[in-house]
Amino acid sequence: MQRTGVAAGSLLAGASLLEFLEACGTTTTTNTSGKLTGNLEIFSWWTAGGEADGLNEMFKIYAQKYADVKIKNAAVAGGAGTNAKAVLATRMQGGKPPDSFQVHAGQELISTWVKASKMEPITNIWKDAGWDSVIPKDLKDIVSSNGDVWSVPVNVHRGNAIWASTKVMSLAGLTESPATYSDFIKLLDKAKSLGISAPLALGSKGNWQIAMLFENGVLASGGPDYYKTLFSGKGSFTDSKVKEALTTMKTLFDYVNNDHPTLDWDGAAQRVTAGTSLATIMGDWAKGYFTSLNLSPGKDFIGAPSPGTKGNYVIVCDTFGLPKGAPDRDNAVAWIKVAGSQEGQAAFNPKKGSIPARTDVAKSLFDPVAQSFMDDFKAAKLVPSSAHGSATPEAFATGLNDEMGQFVQKRDVNTTANNLQKLADQFLK
Amino acid sequence: MRERPLGRSRFSQRLDRLTPLLMITPSVILIAIFVYVFIGYTGYVSLTKWYGVVPDYTWAGLSQYEQLFQLERFQADISNTIRFTFLFLIASIGIGFAAAVLLDQKLRGTIFFQNVFLFPLAISFVVTGTIWRWLFNPNQGLNLLFGALHLDFLKSGWLIDTRTALYSLVIAATWQMSGFCMAMFLAGLRSVPDDLREAARVDGATEFRVYQFVILPLLRPIILSAIIILGHISLKIFDLVFVMTFGGPGYSTDMPGLYMFIATFRQNLYARGAAIATVLLLMVAVLIVPYLIWNLREEPER
Amino acid sequence: MSVATARAARKPFSLSLVRVVMYALLLVLAIFYLLPIYVLLVTSFKSFAEVARSTPWQIPTLPTLADYTAAFSALAPSFVNTVLLVVPATLISALLGSLNGYVLAKWRFRGANVVFTLLLFGMFIPYQSILLPLVLTLERVGLYGTIPGLILTHIVYGIPITTLIFRNYYATVPGEMIEAARMDGASIFNVYRYVMFPLSIPGFVVVMIWQFTSIWNEFLFAVTITSGDQAPITVALNGLAGSLQQNYGIQMAGALLTALPPLVIYIVLGRYFIRGLLAGSLKG
Repeated sequence: MQRTGVAAGSLLAGASLLEFLEACGTTTTTNTSGKLTGNLEIFSWWTAGGEADGLNEMFKIYAQKYADVKIKNAAVAGGAGTNAKAVLATRMQGGKPPDSFQVHAGQELISTWVKASKMEPITNIWKDAGWDSVIPKDLKDIVSSNGDVWSVPVNVHRGNAIWASTKVMSLAGLTESPATYSDFIKLLDKAKSLGISAPLALGSKGNWQIAMLFENGVLASGGPDYYKTLFSGKGSFTDSKVKEALTTMKTLFDYVNNDHPTLDWDGAAQRVTAGTSLATIMGDWAKGYFTSLNLSPGKDFIGAPSPGTKGNYVIVCDTFGLPKGAPDRDNAVAWIKVAGSQEGQAAFNPKKGSIPARTDVAKSLFDPVAQSFMDDFKAAKLVPSSAHGSATPEAFATGLNDEMGQFVQKRDVNTTANNLQKLADQFLK
Repeated sequence: MRERPLGRSRFSQRLDRLTPLLMITPSVILIAIFVYVFIGYTGYVSLTKWYGVVPDYTWAGLSQYEQLFQLERFQADISNTIRFTFLFLIASIGIGFAAAVLLDQKLRGTIFFQNVFLFPLAISFVVTGTIWRWLFNPNQGLNLLFGALHLDFLKSGWLIDTRTALYSLVIAATWQMSGFCMAMFLAGLRSVPDDLREAARVDGATEFRVYQFVILPLLRPIILSAIIILGHISLKIFDLVFVMTFGGPGYSTDMPGLYMFIATFRQNLYARGAAIATVLLLMVAVLIVPYLIWNLREEPER
Repeated sequence: MSVATARAARKPFSLSLVRVVMYALLLVLAIFYLLPIYVLLVTSFKSFAEVARSTPWQIPTLPTLADYTAAFSALAPSFVNTVLLVVPATLISALLGSLNGYVLAKWRFRGANVVFTLLLFGMFIPYQSILLPLVLTLERVGLYGTIPGLILTHIVYGIPITTLIFRNYYATVPGEMIEAARMDGASIFNVYRYVMFPLSIPGFVVVMIWQFTSIWNEFLFAVTITSGDQAPITVALNGLAGSLQQNYGIQMAGALLTALPPLVIYIVLGRYFIRGLLAGSLKG
């Protein structure tokens, strides 16, 4: 399964046991000779397909460097990460953390494990490795709080992208994706007149996909700084820019397939491959779906920034951090260094379908869409995704999903804006 | 190992008298903790501010409840539960009663039909949901059947339409549970003495009248039981909704039982989840407690 | 017998038209119940290509077992989990129920009725109201996320129904048998062990069938407490449908595999199953 990034975060109630359970004094591999031995347990939800392959590539590099360390892959399948997050929560509270674990950059890490004092800062590792010069500052900020860095980003997925069928595009006489929503809507009209009754493909099972439409829309209407202010709770959701985004979405809904509540994002992507829809707005993991069907970028499908968001990059970023009480701390530190290394990211990302968090990885390793995204990434303004738990705490992100599920049904811009503001008052302050 | 018939030691006599308590104690302790203490804890959490993975037992009074009842999603939950329960009860009791009456006619093949009506009870709501979710897929299942039979007017959006999704759930739930009513009614009908029916017929009553005036009154306690049993199942419904719609589209099939799960385990809104659970418990208790007390009162007659 | 013949003799419904109507009604009902099973069966034998053709009501042109192989390999580990869960949970909760039932039917202490009612209430509560503390507790004892944790859960919440069924069952055992054994000097526990327990087989059959099917089919505890490689089959089936959105053949085959054990029990031991079912209405 591809990353679906269901914005459902750390599942576990169990978090609450924090107060009962001190980290139960697990011993750290002592390392006198400078040579690492013992185990390395890496926790993730990368169990299949390209992401599992990418992880294995990183394991290979680690094994070459530290041949005496036994790597234990503790990946948990199912629920697009929700199961894994539940299991992780249990282990963390039970005082049995893995040596390192996958976590989305941003609030998913900062407002949970960092806040609960369950993490060790990696500020010094970061400094020693000199990552400041190769990892963009915007990205570093997302994994930092109170002057410390808490995890190392291994990849970057783009949340603001549009994927179109070249076949349907050429019917409409176009080869490039439209730059603005008004152009896009004209194109949708044209597709409709060509007999494509639902030209915009949407799968909204779980509603986070609509939340992505929303964050794309806000980014287009307000720009990156506005976006950041808004999702940090300092802006207002009843503002005209937000309403503009909602109004655009409302228009888009008229072009959407009616069975969207039963589909996930891959069901929407399938509509594009089948030519029953013109395009879908989705993160760049959709590319992995297309290439897994042997479709090639440029020829069979087009991948581009979503309308009005060129020059911006909505970040969905996987990172690895260092839990307090990691049983093999030294080995975990070595893992974090590998995850942040040029070599590690060059091995991982082509398989995963994402681009490296480092800006110094050879472009030639990647497909054309990824190459163009890498160019964008260097120059772009970076903003964290809210739908994927990076920009906002879980309570807000999931509440946003709920509101979006309502909005697609009722299509009432003012009510939705008011409800979002209530949500922000409650959870973003 | 038998004991001596006479002259048991005082110790063993005392032990003997305590035996019943000792036998039942483990269960009583388990239930005391896992039901009553746990309910107390949930109730307590519902009065706090706790959200997010770190527990926060700051006292919040009834504010969670106030918020909850102002919440669009929860208002939808309450209305959905009531509508669902009402329709599901009518459909299940109606179909169950009709099936029971038909099966009580001593027709050939009764056993076959009886088994057909009952087998869904043996399977999981998850299985039921998986099958019906597909039947209700507007591009699959039932719509294609109706198309093939030229019954296009029966086609519907089923689960994807906010107006029909709840009814689709009712159909699936009725498919699974109406056999239960049938079994209850059939047991009731078969316990109606034949001479009672005969007496009525001798008095010149039509078969319809026999049911109306003789049998139905005798079945009244069964109808009450069916309402309470199915009613509490319906209020608690979770699996079927989880599998078929996860509460969507919009909030059109969301239920308190599902929202409690989502609020607690997906949204980390622990205090809100606890408040929903408490409201749900109260709703079920209103139905069940009088029933239990009624049962308790009748006990000595056994 | 005389009642049966008397019944057969009455003929108010023997009008053939009425019979036809009744059969027609039964048939309509039977179609309602069987239609889903029909689609399930035909679809589960179809290839992916044929499922995609959107002809769900036709029998497969080229029947294949591919869906079953795929479903089986995806569900086999969770099938094993469910077996490992169901067997101990059923046995232990039945045993506890039998002990409680014996005491509550035959050795009523003061307040026994109140205790019984308080136990029974546990069977009707929405489990949502205990879910959070349950998860926290299981976590604290290291059982969260595991099959043993789920076993414990099902044992505890199985106590009310098993107690109820056994209590009603033991109430039918004549008091004289117990008194006779007591005259012989048997202790209360030995009365249970040597007199009641051997008589309990039918009670155990009803209780165990009931517990087996309910635990097999259960979802709320399963999805809350376990995941991944510890998940029982209902959770895995739901996951299967989630990850293979479009592949209905595999979903249907998986649904059948999940439903099969309880269905077999229902077919073989239906009588006892229904007795357990009606016990839930207390008076059964």
